[in-house]
Amino acid sequence: MSDITLTIDGKSVCASPEMTILEAARTVGIKIPTLCWHEDLGSPSVCRVCVVEIEGQNTLQPACSYPVSQGMTVRTNTPRVRNARRMAIELLLAHHPDDCLSCQRNLKCELQQLAADFGIREIRFERVSRKIPRDESTPSLVRDADKCINCRRCIEACEKIQGVAVLSTVNRGFDSVVLPAFGDDLDSVVCVLCGQCTLACPTGAIVERDDTGRVWDALADPNMHVVVQTAPAIRASLGEELGLPAGSIVTGKLVAALRKIGFDRVFDTDFAADLTIMEEGHELLDRIQKGNAPLPLLTSCSPGWINFVERFYPDLLPHVSTCKSPQQMFGAVAKTYYAERADIDPARIFVVSIMPCTAKKYECQRPEMRSSGFQDVDAVLTTRELGRMIREIGIDFDSLPEEEYDAPMGISTGAGAIFGATGGVMEAALRTVYAVVTGRELSEDGLEFHDVRGLEGIKEAEVDLEGATVRVAIAHGLGNARKVMETIRTGEAPWQFVEIMCCPGGCVGGGGQPIGTVMSSRAERGQALYEVDREMPLRESHKNPAVLALYQEFLDWPLSERSHELLHTHYTPKKS
Amino acid sequence: MLKMRGPVGPEGSGVVCECDDVFLTEVQRVVSVYKERPEDLVQALHDVQSLRNYLPREALRVVARTLDVPESRVYGVATFYSMFSTSPRGRHIIRICESAPCHVAGAAEIINSLLNELGVEMGGTTSDGIFTVETSSCLGVCGVAPAIMIDDTVYGNLVSEDLPAVLRRYR
Amino acid sequence: MEFYRAHVLVCGGFPCVAAGCRAVRGEIERSVKEHGLEREVRIVETGCLGPCDLGPIVVVYPEGTVYSRVSVDDVSEIVGEHLMKGRPVRRLEYTERLPSVSQADHKRPDYFGIQERIVLENVGLIDPDSIEEYIARDGYLGAGMALTSMSPDEVISAIKASGLRGRGGAAFPTGVKLGFTARVEADQKYIICNADEGEPGTFKDRLILEGDPHKVIEGMIILGYSVGATMGYIYIRGEYYLSIERIERAIAEARRYGLLGHDLFGSGFSFDIEVKKGAGAYVCGEETALIESMEGKRGEPRQKPPYPGTCGLWGKPTVVNNVETIANVPPIVRNGADWFRQFGTPTSPGTKVYTLTGDVNNKGLIEVPMGITLREVIYGVGGGIPGGRRFKMAQTGGTAGGCLSETHLDIPMDYESLQETGSALGSGALLIIDDSHCVVDIACALLRFFEHESCGQCTPCREGTRRLHDIFRKTRELAATEKDLKLARELAGVMQASSLCALGQSVAVPLFTIMDHYADEIEAHLEGRCPAGVCRPNPANADESAYETLQAGNGIR
Repeated sequence: MSDITLTIDGKSVCASPEMTILEAARTVGIKIPTLCWHEDLGSPSVCRVCVVEIEGQNTLQPACSYPVSQGMTVRTNTPRVRNARRMAIELLLAHHPDDCLSCQRNLKCELQQLAADFGIREIRFERVSRKIPRDESTPSLVRDADKCINCRRCIEACEKIQGVAVLSTVNRGFDSVVLPAFGDDLDSVVCVLCGQCTLACPTGAIVERDDTGRVWDALADPNMHVVVQTAPAIRASLGEELGLPAGSIVTGKLVAALRKIGFDRVFDTDFAADLTIMEEGHELLDRIQKGNAPLPLLTSCSPGWINFVERFYPDLLPHVSTCKSPQQMFGAVAKTYYAERADIDPARIFVVSIMPCTAKKYECQRPEMRSSGFQDVDAVLTTRELGRMIREIGIDFDSLPEEEYDAPMGISTGAGAIFGATGGVMEAALRTVYAVVTGRELSEDGLEFHDVRGLEGIKEAEVDLEGATVRVAIAHGLGNARKVMETIRTGEAPWQFVEIMCCPGGCVGGGGQPIGTVMSSRAERGQALYEVDREMPLRESHKNPAVLALYQEFLDWPLSERSHELLHTHYTPKKS
Repeated sequence: MLKMRGPVGPEGSGVVCECDDVFLTEVQRVVSVYKERPEDLVQALHDVQSLRNYLPREALRVVARTLDVPESRVYGVATFYSMFSTSPRGRHIIRICESAPCHVAGAAEIINSLLNELGVEMGGTTSDGIFTVETSSCLGVCGVAPAIMIDDTVYGNLVSEDLPAVLRRYR
Repeated sequence: MEFYRAHVLVCGGFPCVAAGCRAVRGEIERSVKEHGLEREVRIVETGCLGPCDLGPIVVVYPEGTVYSRVSVDDVSEIVGEHLMKGRPVRRLEYTERLPSVSQADHKRPDYFGIQERIVLENVGLIDPDSIEEYIARDGYLGAGMALTSMSPDEVISAIKASGLRGRGGAAFPTGVKLGFTARVEADQKYIICNADEGEPGTFKDRLILEGDPHKVIEGMIILGYSVGATMGYIYIRGEYYLSIERIERAIAEARRYGLLGHDLFGSGFSFDIEVKKGAGAYVCGEETALIESMEGKRGEPRQKPPYPGTCGLWGKPTVVNNVETIANVPPIVRNGADWFRQFGTPTSPGTKVYTLTGDVNNKGLIEVPMGITLREVIYGVGGGIPGGRRFKMAQTGGTAGGCLSETHLDIPMDYESLQETGSALGSGALLIIDDSHCVVDIACALLRFFEHESCGQCTPCREGTRRLHDIFRKTRELAATEKDLKLARELAGVMQASSLCALGQSVAVPLFTIMDHYADEIEAHLEGRCPAGVCRPNPANADESAYETLQAGNGIR
């Protein structure tokens, strides 16, 4: 459709007819405040903070959802508009705790920002608390319904993006609040702990459980040997948490900061990602060749996804790879192989993971994840928590000189790095599977499987392995995963291998990533990981010398007995 | 036996609900006509509630499964409409209109007498489990205000002295 | 139909059921049988006859004698004297008579005479469970005419020409609304009859549905034909048990007669109707909230646009009309737009059904032409204010309507004139309040209602309804300050400007009219006085009304 013209604050604006007033205003630099609106989650039009005056209309209308039309005249700065916005904010503040200074979202809260921007100096209504106890039932998330402002963004993220639908508005009127079914705690509903709600929430009503205290304690304990692993996606997102542009690659600074914090060894989950590819690639070939387990094989790196299968598709659990996630392979190897090599009592090793993920906090506590004889991973910190530790000790992150990971578990390939982007596990696996099946080397160009990259919800590709064709699919975001699983359930899925990541965009869009994560930042972080891959001297997991040494010295070969013992597991159905 | 954990306020707090298999089978039977019909959630909840005058959580679970609606949404809907209750209620529901026309006609006095007569607070259930008293928006019988509605029967033009006789019919 | 020499109509409207008409009817049946009159006298339970506070009401035709407040003990006298001997029982007789059809255009300044019956033409005169009786009074003639001899466009033109406006409260021109939806291309369209009558003081839709259900069905068929919708839904309040029962029976009957289903009147047009029950939410009277509820969700209004006319139920074009609006459609199609326009005023043609409640002698249901004055309604039809008290305030249009003071008594009641006073016709509720009441106490009752019924979706209404109620409770406790009331006014103004739906937007209507028309009385509360003597300071419990507090103070509780 051809463009239309409207007037906003006296300015003539050319806009496309599908635009909202908010979008049109942004094109000419008029910033209309918003609260319930979120660029990926739509316009519930309920907070009434973005209201504007439209000529010819008796009432103010929400700019976030109101469509533009030819000849429309909009005013965003009138006394009536300002009063309505201020009143909405004041009303919300009066029904919200005033503990901003000790709130986990202090300085990262959209309501607080609005109150500051509008210069709200007095709240003329009595403060009312909902008096709902804090939900600290899970190792991943903490929910404080008293801070809920009924914007419903979390509901949208959970139901529309993730297709899990744990949250709903309950009750009516002033008593309305967003809660899980029956007002239960998160541990007794179908929550998969992905944490996308923590990214959606504009306030501190749902946040990650803060484990920084436990990590500081371990670091302060002279008897503990504290090692840290950093997930692939962290190098592309920590910069944002610390004020750098989206997609900044900060691998060397990340390592340097972790050393400053005091970790004894700084290792890389990318190493374990390469290890995962060795195991999972062979598992795939094993399933295809021996036909001893169902196909398609489903990846198992993403703990939110595992929680999802256990609850919603328990019948399809045999499709899920028996490989543990890279984080857990790392933990199991750290407390066995590394302990042995470094001659440290594994009881004294404290493994910390820096993850883009809240579900990892749950994963590390699972009873299946103790194959070293200890809890394989002791603490998981999200990108946001690491950011807080770095700020707490006053590291000037941007000017840190870059440093290298420690050997041996800090050695990795480009294949490990791209695990953090949707399609990355698939691409890494294909690189190795190709080599194993054909016995040939892929060319520099041939290494890049562009069909499996990008942010399309479900991607499909066919890969020619010199005669044999492998059909694969990739889904990210559990809403998309659900579609794939429904196809598999019919028994008519054409694929042999399916990669599923719980969060939109893969781990770069994980629930532990910086507040403000949106689709566009996910895309930039994904691109950054592909850049990391391109810059790596080695780009195939089976060429990682440290992984090869691990097999030679300790595990023997992929899918060996010891591998099974340490690196594989089985998941069990959970009641949904 | 399932313990109902109430979410907010007095609703359902600590009240014990007996959801035996016989009851749940009955629930299943009632909602089976709405199988995979999320749009009939409100109708299904009416039918389920008619069994025990409230919506026990296990019954809501059956509704969610049968209609293919997330439990969270079933709960969200059940707590939105004032005719639905997620906590146990008496055998008979007394609804009293508090809207302006009834207020003008002296509803406050009737409410006062009724609560006195039954020995409960608004929203409460008598100790013998016979009555639950709830306020309601307009019952649409303003022509005979003040009025109360017991289950599906309306009693209008009430004065306090009428109440004992009306209540006796249900005891 | 067999011939009977007399018909005894027993009002089966809800208020009369509440007043005990069922027992009276049973006794009449017994007595008629005892006297051996069952072949001569037919007993019919009808829809509402109107004067609801006088029930149970019994009317004996052909004389048209109206008996009010009939008790079981009175029955033997009515049967023995009137039916056996033809001597009406004067002591039970209500002094006015029900209109016969021929009298309908004959105006008289009494309860029934001032009325014009279009919507209620059959209510109280026919057995609502009998499709034959409806057909005998030209029922389904309009639908037949429309489907067999008019194009959909012609039907819409006729409705446009009639000037009919929505009777649910918003007063949008019905024909224009139909025109929008008719123009939209879609594989499926819907007609929804909004029978979620929740406006306090309003019970007209219930009485139309219970008294003349086929008229609503017929109206929906015509509307469906006009826009090309093949499916209709009637969304009824869950509390309206009798309405649901009656309309469901009527739908089954209509299907049996081939008046619903495939190929109606051999026109090739198919239409069917399903009933959906609400579950107690005033806001579901708002058309998009109603649609959400019908889709099995919380009844939360949608942000408009898009409007239901283009994107409604399941995203399909949907026409939502109030029961009364729909009931106007068959007579308009049958008799033509010009006929309709002879009633009412040029800009507000037709009649309006009002429900009269509060401090007035004759409470109940009336249908009068648009444009008659409030004074005529209260002192004419309404029979004045009981106990010789003075008129103080009238609230028109339900809880969301404006409050009129004594100075407005002679304003004609039509859409435009009421708008000028800051009020609205709304749903047709008319609440009359005498000088024994305090406006602050009334405002509290209204605000309590809004707080209870706010859906909770948008900030101004969810938070604002509670805060306004708080402020007025404080005022009722004689503890408020000028600052509080200023804040209330500011808040209500914001709610009016920026709430998502009409519920939040309209709280200001009663509040501002009360604050404007009764400024002195409210002011007195700030000084610790309640001129009406209703409000008291320091109540034991802020949730109780002042009245309860007073009782508690007297040691009654």
